[in-house]
Amino acid sequence: MKQENKKEHKFGMVIDLDKCTGCGSCMVSCMAENNVPFKEDESNKKDSITWMRVYKLTNGKDFPETEVVYMPRPCQHCSGKGGHGHSPCVSVCPATATDYGKDTGIVSQIYTRCFGCRYCMGACPYHARYFNWWDPKWPEGMENYLSPNVSPRMRGVVEKCSFCYHRYQLAREKAYLEEREEIEEMEYQTACTTACPAGAIVFGDLNNPEHEVTKIVKPDDHPDPRNPDVVGKSRNPKVFRLLERLGTNTKVYYLSEREWVRKAGDNYTEGEWETIKNHHGKTQISHG
Amino acid sequence: MKVDRRSFLGLGIGAVAGIAVSPVGIKLTDDSSILTQTTKLWPWALDHPPLDGAIVYENSVCSLCPGGCGISVRKIDDRPVKIEGLADYPINDGGACLHGMSGLQYLYDPARIKKPMIKKGDSFEEISWEDAISLVAGKLSDVRKSGSPEKLACITDKEHGSVSGLLQHLLKAFGSPNFYTMPNLESYLETVAQQIHGNGKTLSFDLENSDFVLSFGAGIIEGWGSPVACFKANATRKQRHAKLYQVEARLSNTAANANKWIPAVPGTEADLALAMCAVILNENLFNSAATANMYAGFSKFVSVVQTEYAPAKIAKITGIKEDDIIQIAREFATAKMPVAVFGKGKGDGAQSLKEMAAVHALNCLVGNVNKKGGVFVQDKAQYLEFPAVKMDGIASKGAAKARTGQYIGQMLDAVNASAEPVVEALIVYNANPCYSLHDTRRVKQAMSKIPFVVSISSFLDETAMEADIILPCHTFLERFEDVPSSGGFSKTVVGLTKPVVNPIFDTKNAGDCIIEIGKALDQAVAANFEWENYEDCLQAVTSSIWDSLSEEGYAVVSDTIPSGSPGVDVSFLAQNPATVQAQGDFNLTLIPVDNIRLLSGAIAASAFAIKTVSDTVLTKKETVVEINPLTVKGLKDKDLATLTTPMGSANVRVHLNEGIRPGVIGMVEGLGHTFDNKYVSNKGVNVNDLIGQVLEPGTGLDAAFGIKAKISRA
Repeated sequence: MKQENKKEHKFGMVIDLDKCTGCGSCMVSCMAENNVPFKEDESNKKDSITWMRVYKLTNGKDFPETEVVYMPRPCQHCSGKGGHGHSPCVSVCPATATDYGKDTGIVSQIYTRCFGCRYCMGACPYHARYFNWWDPKWPEGMENYLSPNVSPRMRGVVEKCSFCYHRYQLAREKAYLEEREEIEEMEYQTACTTACPAGAIVFGDLNNPEHEVTKIVKPDDHPDPRNPDVVGKSRNPKVFRLLERLGTNTKVYYLSEREWVRKAGDNYTEGEWETIKNHHGKTQISHG
Repeated sequence: MKVDRRSFLGLGIGAVAGIAVSPVGIKLTDDSSILTQTTKLWPWALDHPPLDGAIVYENSVCSLCPGGCGISVRKIDDRPVKIEGLADYPINDGGACLHGMSGLQYLYDPARIKKPMIKKGDSFEEISWEDAISLVAGKLSDVRKSGSPEKLACITDKEHGSVSGLLQHLLKAFGSPNFYTMPNLESYLETVAQQIHGNGKTLSFDLENSDFVLSFGAGIIEGWGSPVACFKANATRKQRHAKLYQVEARLSNTAANANKWIPAVPGTEADLALAMCAVILNENLFNSAATANMYAGFSKFVSVVQTEYAPAKIAKITGIKEDDIIQIAREFATAKMPVAVFGKGKGDGAQSLKEMAAVHALNCLVGNVNKKGGVFVQDKAQYLEFPAVKMDGIASKGAAKARTGQYIGQMLDAVNASAEPVVEALIVYNANPCYSLHDTRRVKQAMSKIPFVVSISSFLDETAMEADIILPCHTFLERFEDVPSSGGFSKTVVGLTKPVVNPIFDTKNAGDCIIEIGKALDQAVAANFEWENYEDCLQAVTSSIWDSLSEEGYAVVSDTIPSGSPGVDVSFLAQNPATVQAQGDFNLTLIPVDNIRLLSGAIAASAFAIKTVSDTVLTKKETVVEINPLTVKGLKDKDLATLTTPMGSANVRVHLNEGIRPGVIGMVEGLGHTFDNKYVSNKGVNVNDLIGQVLEPGTGLDAAFGIKAKISRA
């Protein structure tokens, strides 16, 4: 039997922080796409479930030198040290409720397996995972808009961004029906990507040199000489990853012309940034 | 049996090995998971699994805001599950804003009005549609029979579109000149165009091509104009090597995204614009062909700006350095395709004509009018063809009378000022004046003085609560409607909103409500409402573009650069009108802040949109205000504080923030709703409760850009 998509993909995205306007379309598109619930008070951001969250960073300078940038943060879909699939969360999950898809590079979350120990939340350096402290409740009638492609989650399980995996499944099914081996770049796009009115998010297969995301990121598959745990570092000097030195090897890249923004992607000891790029600045982060 | 150390250890190891190998532990963990969390204890999931079915897409147009974006609604069989932007649509080309994408939360909202309701005492009771329409018609007939048909007034969101057209048609046939719109960017553009270029004109801005956008507070990415079109224009700025300079007292998203933030003192934008005009005139940077078109008052205008608005003097007022004013004016004048944009925030708040005209004077001086990347001066879009109104004697007499007020604010003031009812009946559609206008107490007082208020609304909002009868209307997902693009978008596109789902509740199209009221009135009025229903009317009045509307889903009325260079009349500015000052004498200035994630007009933000709002804007039930750490000594971040203005005071949280000018307090628009919806209402303060109306002398516009205030720890 013919098997579709034998090839190994590595789905990832690059977000242009200079284009991002902080409008929040990606957050709502994600919530509507993935049956994310809402409750009466969502101002406590620690228990507010937003797979895609937009943070607001400031350069910490006084008026009127202040600058602000918005940073959308989905699950970073870490490939783990050396890119072998040992994502921080996958490594600690006792229930195999979260797993690394070797064929897609997507970190999955299987709600029915999760028993809510929240080790993964502790392990995730990006706060991308959310715990259901309560059963979701939709006001009467609103359950009518729930999508059958994503199961609603119950109290006691962890959830997070799936790179809209159901969209990948639908695209694959379509390709299979049409007897195609491969899906096209535009056939699988996440809900945040298609929603972004500024076109700040570019999504695709980092293993496919034809895909826009690969053209922008230009990932270096060789280990970083300074840190052999790091693979897939961008060759584009304007592109960076969050906490790259941890060797989590995230597949969400960020792009900015501004140096203080790029520096905000990690913590640096005094003088260290200059060895990478000479710049400065304290950064404040709040929920945008 | 003797248990020695050796056998004890052996037993222990054996037990550990046994437990490790045995499936009991895993089984127990599994069972406890099943017991505590699966569907057994979550019966909702058993009762309401999201039903599967065939995926279908239907195209329509969003009409939540004036943007008019094309949308694609994904349905599972008959059930809409997701709204997304429609690719290749001439306004938004696939993009969508968070409010449009939350559309289904409006559709299925249990807080919607499900049936016509009539006020009995302090509460509402359901009545039938027949009774509701005949009751409204009866009350309106009484007004008409009294011989003062002008005492019927209407308030809606905009002047354009066929539903607004039907309201105007009804008023004319009835005999009243009292049609009012809420403040909106489109009407401001028309006011400025009329003042400077003559009657029947409007302005639009070619933001997607301009190489230098000088924005005087216009929230290009805060929801100004047609929001998604503006997002798109802004996003291509970098690759077009175009610049955006933002004049604004706080670091809004637009200012943060701009190449330069010019934090002028709020309320001095007109002075700054005129000082830049002075620089352009002093240094001969103006386009002489363009200034040749300035037929009225030009020489007087030149002398006024040169003497009264010298950059050195204006630097002291605006807080912007003289060198910066000169530099920015030079950059603007020497750019290839510069455009200066006005309309603070979303453009639908209070504005002064002086400020808007001063900003537009910059465009006129550099001559980028009716050129690519500049300002387009064109005739107002006229695609609707309503039949001529047949007026009887009563109607002709009434319609010829003076309007009760020039703008909505004056009309409400007239109602409040008079002992006799100057407005006997009021119809409100797609507007929430009791929430959105300055000094909401004054608006509510006027509403209670009007003997009969009809609200055509989907939600029991602040204004509907003041109504005597509510006619519940379809949401944009359940109705037909033409949606003209507006708010400065460079093309004129009319979209067709189509029902993508059967009405969820017992509601009607607002157009049908008006037609049915018209038909139920006396013969002289009813003769003007011969359409079978709203769909029939829509098709008839849009007949010139109906084919395109029904087949393509939209019609492009114009997408070319208008020709000719229109005359410019600067006599208004040449009189050197006074700059509107903020009301009160406290030391600080409170300004309203427009936030893209909140809505401040007819419709409140959805639960999804509220969820995205930062905790530096809303914390629990408290509005968080922005102030610079230098503004008030002793006030710490997250402190609870009392904010006082001449209109009243409110408790707020404080967010110390370097991104705002010292002396200014920023408070977000769109919070503090008081209707019954726990997800979006009773959160924070309505900034319009704290700001009063300030009329601009001579123009009558409410130009209160803010109000004087003080703040202290609560």
